[in-house]
Formats: sequence, structure tokens, C-alpha cells
Amino acid sequence: MAEPAEPNLTSLALNNLSIGNLENIDLDVGAGEIVCLSGTSGSGKSRLLRAIADLDLHSGTVRLGAIGQSDMPGHRWRSKVMLVPAESAWWHDTVGEHFPERSQEPLQQLGLEAGAFGWPVSRLSSGEKQRLALIRALLRRPAALLLDEPTANLDKDSTERVETWLRDNIRQQQLPTLWVAHHEDQIARVADRHVHIVDTGIEEQAMTP
Amino acid sequence: MNVIDLSWWQLALTALLIIALAACTFLAHLGVGKSLLIAAARTAIQLTLVGLVLEALFSVGSLHWVALMGIGMLLLAGREVVARQKYNLRGGWSFGIGTLSMFISAFAVTVLTLVAVISPDPWYTPQYAIPLLGMLLGNTMTGVALSLDRLTESAKRSRNIIENRLMLGETAQQAIGEFRRDAMRAGLTPIINAMAAAGIVSLPGMMTGQILAGTSPALAVKYQILIMFTIAAGTGFGTFVAVTLCARRLFDGRERLRLDRLTR
Repeated sequence: MAEPAEPNLTSLALNNLSIGNLENIDLDVGAGEIVCLSGTSGSGKSRLLRAIADLDLHSGTVRLGAIGQSDMPGHRWRSKVMLVPAESAWWHDTVGEHFPERSQEPLQQLGLEAGAFGWPVSRLSSGEKQRLALIRALLRRPAALLLDEPTANLDKDSTERVETWLRDNIRQQQLPTLWVAHHEDQIARVADRHVHIVDTGIEEQAMTP
Repeated sequence: MNVIDLSWWQLALTALLIIALAACTFLAHLGVGKSLLIAAARTAIQLTLVGLVLEALFSVGSLHWVALMGIGMLLLAGREVVARQKYNLRGGWSFGIGTLSMFISAFAVTVLTLVAVISPDPWYTPQYAIPLLGMLLGNTMTGVALSLDRLTESAKRSRNIIENRLMLGETAQQAIGEFRRDAMRAGLTPIINAMAAAGIVSLPGMMTGQILAGTSPALAVKYQILIMFTIAAGTGFGTFVAVTLCARRLFDGRERLRLDRLTR
């Protein structure tokens, strides 16, 4: 019997997480919720994301729904809790080889040309790389997203496209999302909640409506 | 055998050539004159000492002493692998991996060749065992050192690629797979080139030595082919083992890339 697709209702929970100069971080990101993370450069935003993706040594626990980080092998965890870095790497000759499937729809939605999958990697601009890296990650169907300044290399027009596209996907697939952002106006547009790194911890910020 | 004996004053004549070369490099301000002379002196001293050791070993000929010599050579080769790396694994892992892989490949191939192919009586007869092991260790060492150096350096240089692949959910061995294959190729290329060029570009050293020492060229050629094949096998398997172990050690149990395990 075919049941209607259950929305993914897992949340991402950090408990007592310590890495670098950050200590005992507790944070709950609900299903489909976008929590923006801000902080001065060098405050440890990227390292916090790396700890959640289990790429660096850290202490404390991270849970995705009922499953803990250490309950499954590292690569399985990372395929569910997917980190998209600020600077993406491309190792094959052509763009398309990096993708599990070549669906045209997201290319169009993010303002990329239809032939982009056939391009050699060497001709990609930093803005194209950033958008393609987001598509590459989302097409792998993660259960949670960690975005490190996903619009850092984009102009105003592309930034808005990417924000809309990400928000739609996050809502639709009910992905708990931690989004590192710098600009107040972006945070106001995309965030459900906003936390700011202060010294060794995080502080919840009031959202300006 | 009609070997023409060499006396020390005859060797001294060839040493004069080296001194003349050193004088020329000095006049041309190449700055290598001193290291040239030191290296030449080391060749003379080290080979003379090895000659004495081998003379003694050949006259005793017991398995203990042959094995001891073999282990000594193995440990020196392991140290040499470490010395040729730009980055080493902390805590003696590079030495351990290099030595273990050479032990597995060079020792196994040597024993196999002695027992099954050459079959001297007894099988560990030092005239056969020691030169064979020396040839194998020397070449395996080169392959292992080259491949480990390539692997650790590409892990360091291509960290962003490896980690981005990890972020997309690939296993550690998928993420580093391309660099592993590169490293293995780097280790195998010298012996493949040597086999392809053997006899055309240059006469291999061992064969030349045998012919000079009075062996018939046909027999010398057979031994040379044997040596080339065993060297290729030893180098190849040694490289496989070393690269596999090192690629594992670059990641931890959570499949994180651990470049902190590398040291200069």
C-alpha cells in the first residue's frame, strides 16, 4: 500500500560540543528550520560546521533525530549531514562528472546555463562553482544541511535566487539547516533563528521582523 | 675463470680521474667539488668494508649470520625510506610501513627465488642470497620511498579535494583513491622504464660486472632477466603494501583526513 511521503521530521541537536576555542555548545535545529550562525572572522564558525560533519576531532555529541554521530561510519554520517564549504573543490575534468544525476531543473532555477554539465571545470567562475556546489550537495539527498557562506561569491541577483532555492528545498525536504551568514539583511530574509558566536559560546539573537 | 685481478695501484689510477674532475668543478665554481670527493671516498670505504664483511660471511656461511645481515640491510633500507620523504608519519609509522612492506615483498621474493629458481645448496648460500637481497632491497626501497612521498605530498597539497569528497559522503578510500593510484604509478615507473630500456640504452650493472668477471654473456643475460623480473615483482608488491598502509594511516576510525599525523 502506497503511503503518502512522510515529511522528514528529524532535527539536528548539538550537545556539549567543544572544538577549537568554542566550548560546550548546545543547539537544536528543528526539521525544516534555518538557523543562521554569525560571528567575527576567526571565531570558529567553519570549525563548528566541520565538527558537526565529523571532519575534525571534537568532544560532545551531535544527533540527527535519534541517531548519534558515532552510531554510523563517518562517510554515512556525512552523506546525511552534508557540509557545503565556502570554497568548493572540483577534481574531475568536466562539471557533470561530479554529479550523481544531471537534472536540468536546479541549473535553471539558479540561473546557470543549460549546458553547464558539459563544461570543463577550468572555465567555472567562483560564483558558478558556488551555485554548482550547492546543487551537487542537494542532489545527494542529505537529511540535514550545513552551509558555510553559501552566497559569498555571488552578486545581488544570484544571491536572491540561491536564497529562494535553498529555502524552498529546505522547507520541502524538512532539512534542519545551519547557515553561516555575515549580512544582517540576509539573516533577516532567510533565518528562523539567529545565533551569534560570543567568546567561547553562542548567544541567541532577537530576530528583527 | 679468467678474471684479471685488479691491484690497488690500478684503482688509484681511476681515483686520479675523480681528482681531476674535482679540480675542474673547482675551477668552474660549481661548488660540488667537496661533496664529489667525499662521495668518492665513501664509495671506496663503504665498499671495502662490505667486501670484508662478505668475505667473512662467505667463509662462515651459516643461516644465522646471513639472516642477521639481511635484517641489518632491511633496517638500513627502512631508515633510507624515511630520509627520502618530504613529510613523514609521526610516531615512526613511516619507518614501520616502509620496513614492513619491504620485508613482505623483498624478503619473500628473495626466498622464493633462492628456493624455487636458483636452488643453491643450502638455499641461503650467501654468494647468492646477499647480492640478490641487496638488489631487491635497493630497488624496492626506491619504489616504496617514491610512492610514499607522492602519497603524503598529494594528501597535503590536495586536502581541499579529499575533504570535499568526504563532505559529499564518500568513504576515505574513495576520497583518496585517485592519489593512491598516482602514488603506486610513481613507485612502479622507474622499474618499468628500466625493463623497457634494458640492453638498448645501457647494459645493466650486474650483467656488466658478471661479464667483466668472466661469465659468458648468455648466462649473464639469464641472470639479468631473473634479476629484472624479481625486482619488478618486489618493487610492485612492496609499493602496493606501502601505499595501502599509508593511505589507511592518513585517516582515523571516523574517516577524517588526519594531516596532523604528518610531520616535516
